[in-house]
Amino acid sequence: MKEKLIVIGNGMSALRTVEEILTHNKEKYEITIFGEEPHVNYNRIMLSYLLSGEKTFEDTIINHEHWYEENSIILYKNNKVLYVDTQKKKVICSFNQEYAYDKLIIATGSKPFIPPTQGSNLNNVIGFRTKKDVDTILQTLSNDKTAVVVGGGLLGLEAAYGIAKQGIKTILVHRSHNLMSQQLDSTAGKLLQKNLEQYGIEFRLNDTIKAIHGEEDVQQVEFNNGDVVESNLVVFATGITPNIEMALQSDIQTRKGIIVDDFLRTSVEDIYAIGECCEHNGCTYGLVAPLFEQAKELAKTLTNIPTLGYKGSITSTRLKVSGVDLFSAGDYLGDVTTEELILLDAKAGVYKKLVLFEDRIIGVVLYGDTSDASWYLKLLKEQTNIANLRAKLLYGKAGLGDAGHGGNDVNAMSDDEEVCGCNGVCKGDIVTAIKTNDLKTLGEVKACTKAGASCGSCLGLVEQILVNTLGDEYQAKEEGICSCCDVGHKEIKACIDGNEFDNVYDVFKKLNWKTGDGCSKCRPAINYYLLVKYNDNHYKNDPRSALVNDRVFANIQKDGTYSVVPRIWGGLTSPKELQDIAQIAVKYDVPTVKFTGGQRLDMLGVKKEQLEPMWKDLNECGFVSGQAYAKGLRTVKTCVGNQWCRFGTQDSMQMGIDIEKLTWGSWTPHKFKIAVSGCPRNCAEATIKDIGVIGVDSGWEIHIAGNGGIKVRVTDFFCKVATDEELFFYIKAIMQFYREDAYYLERTAHWVERVGLEYVKEAILSDKNRAEIYVQRFEESQIYAQIDPWQQSIETGFTKEFEPIVLAPKEEF
Amino acid sequence: MAWLEVTTVENIPLMGARKIVYKELEIAIFKTKEGELFAVHNACPHKKGKLSEGIVHDKMVTCPMHSWVIDLKSGEAQGSDCGCTKTYELKIENEMVYINL
Repeated sequence: MKEKLIVIGNGMSALRTVEEILTHNKEKYEITIFGEEPHVNYNRIMLSYLLSGEKTFEDTIINHEHWYEENSIILYKNNKVLYVDTQKKKVICSFNQEYAYDKLIIATGSKPFIPPTQGSNLNNVIGFRTKKDVDTILQTLSNDKTAVVVGGGLLGLEAAYGIAKQGIKTILVHRSHNLMSQQLDSTAGKLLQKNLEQYGIEFRLNDTIKAIHGEEDVQQVEFNNGDVVESNLVVFATGITPNIEMALQSDIQTRKGIIVDDFLRTSVEDIYAIGECCEHNGCTYGLVAPLFEQAKELAKTLTNIPTLGYKGSITSTRLKVSGVDLFSAGDYLGDVTTEELILLDAKAGVYKKLVLFEDRIIGVVLYGDTSDASWYLKLLKEQTNIANLRAKLLYGKAGLGDAGHGGNDVNAMSDDEEVCGCNGVCKGDIVTAIKTNDLKTLGEVKACTKAGASCGSCLGLVEQILVNTLGDEYQAKEEGICSCCDVGHKEIKACIDGNEFDNVYDVFKKLNWKTGDGCSKCRPAINYYLLVKYNDNHYKNDPRSALVNDRVFANIQKDGTYSVVPRIWGGLTSPKELQDIAQIAVKYDVPTVKFTGGQRLDMLGVKKEQLEPMWKDLNECGFVSGQAYAKGLRTVKTCVGNQWCRFGTQDSMQMGIDIEKLTWGSWTPHKFKIAVSGCPRNCAEATIKDIGVIGVDSGWEIHIAGNGGIKVRVTDFFCKVATDEELFFYIKAIMQFYREDAYYLERTAHWVERVGLEYVKEAILSDKNRAEIYVQRFEESQIYAQIDPWQQSIETGFTKEFEPIVLAPKEEF
Repeated sequence: MAWLEVTTVENIPLMGARKIVYKELEIAIFKTKEGELFAVHNACPHKKGKLSEGIVHDKMVTCPMHSWVIDLKSGEAQGSDCGCTKTYELKIENEMVYINL
């Protein structure tokens, strides 16, 4: 038997919740929805476009009649729920019909707040909230009368803009001296006002309506200073209040709104509230993004998927007025404890303000150029330490000097400019794909165009193109790590930390995977996280969840052959070793032998069935796998150091060997490279490695998070140590913290850019005891990791499957 | 066309594959998580990647070269990728796998 789920409200938050529930579990509920309005679910945010005539009502419909039918949802339109009998678990509607529920969602939204004003009960004094309000406005407008809009907030400006676009004289009254005072500081407010005046809107700031005069309909509006205008329409956009009438009638606990906890539960069991009608942690929200975040959490709760719960939202605003680029988020005003970074070009109409608190962005106001909005919002949400970016922050992401892609201003890019170098996708291809296929998320763009689907370095650019193409329709959300799921790395890691699992498939079940055995993206990731938690001794590393190179301990080449790289400790070899390698290369007729950038020898073109005997021969000569294929330690590159070099200050060769002996075999989220230079001339190129060690007269400098790949990133200086022991200590601590904290396939460079250098320093440098714990965990895991995979896979018989099965031609029988 | 004996079922690793060579022909035989067997031409329709080296999930394999996903039953590339690789008929008798070539 399906449980009965009743949803009171047919708006955006209600329906988003229902949609989310259906994606998780189609069978669990029999769903009934009550809506007060006579429509299916439409996009309330688009009302201003409806008013300005830039969109039709059809354009704003989110869920059509057939959607309700296809999902067997009963919709009662024009039907108001009067109250809930919480004892008998029934809702009572207009005409006193009763409906029983097992679970109930209240999504009654909000009502426009109209301040007590003389004459506010006249006809054509309305709010700006529903399709009906828009219809009334459009029917009432007349060329010889002025329309008055009260309230200079987001909604008021959109209403005024929509009306002015119809060619009607429009006055906007706002009681403060600054437009959008909830979202903008006064500088941005002035720029905005100047821009909107071009559309013919007349602003009366620091003013209110004294009275509205008329018999039945509005005839005149009188302002505070006694001015009077002939008018037939007054639109109040003076805020909203949560619609809690029904909850009050039902004895559900309310304050400003219906009180809910982190799981959107009200004070009554089995009753949930969501959207503008609810109050979470003292906050009510009137914007769409928080409602969607709530919907996601509520749907999980209602389908028994483990969730961390809703933690409140950081809201951001974009004004939906064509030709006005405006964005704000967080605490945009600041106070005495905060700092501001400001860029103002009044002539060009560009204004950017970032409010900082302790080197983190807490508020953003952008006017005229909002191309970096999503980037700033990300820095804000993730609380990224921006101390190192400060000087360039205001110039946007492009100002950081992305070596891979040069300037990042997507607006300035032409359609034939290449965005994704791996898959050869141009800007125009992406824009066309977004428009013709109605793409909404980064994942969809990736799947459809392949842009960003390979190395991922252009994803930021792709996201910007998506944001610019979609405008307001774009909603950044944490995407699932692949199309099998809706959860991001953070949530997956938290789930694995908090529960016990035997294998990847149990994790899939717990997190409600859409596929039984995942895919080539999620399986290796989950396998990695389980390995981090349990180490090789408690968790059996699953070869079927490893990509080919990690599975067969060699690097696959374009023709299906492999390359074999034995470990050459610290890049130092001997005539005997070279002789052995040469003989083996000759014996197996290796077509190409090449020195690698990591100071070893690569034998390329080896057939899969040759791997086992070749490894055996190499093992017998004392070689182990160089793990040139691994998401783990690759090489420790060295310069000759003070053994030979006249500038050398330290024995970098021996140090390289020691570090490689210490760290070989370790697995990490992505490949890991180390280099040791014997002096600051840095011949080992240590400053583009994951860990770069540089010898100085008084000891060693440790640098981290460098990368020589697509996007060159120079290491950050981490710390300086005097002794070899300290150096080993920090290398172990850094590697362990990285493997535990980073996401799968996140190089140290990306990880440090995401979490901030300070975060890593704090974890390791601020508290010796904490660092000690990482060191111990590293040592513990190395006991089981430092086993030569070549020798092991021969011994366990794994290499048997490397042999092809050759069928004899049938003619010979 | 005739049925040729290949190997025993247990010799095909679960969620893995074996490469079969017959004259000039290279075929991959896969075993899914449910133990079902499929045979396809061992070359991705994209750039001839060895499908036998890919990750097996559901009744599909992801090519190790550029992550195209190939349906093992039909040989068709999935998603927005276009292409098809030849599939072969298999039968099992007394734990022995036969291929129709």
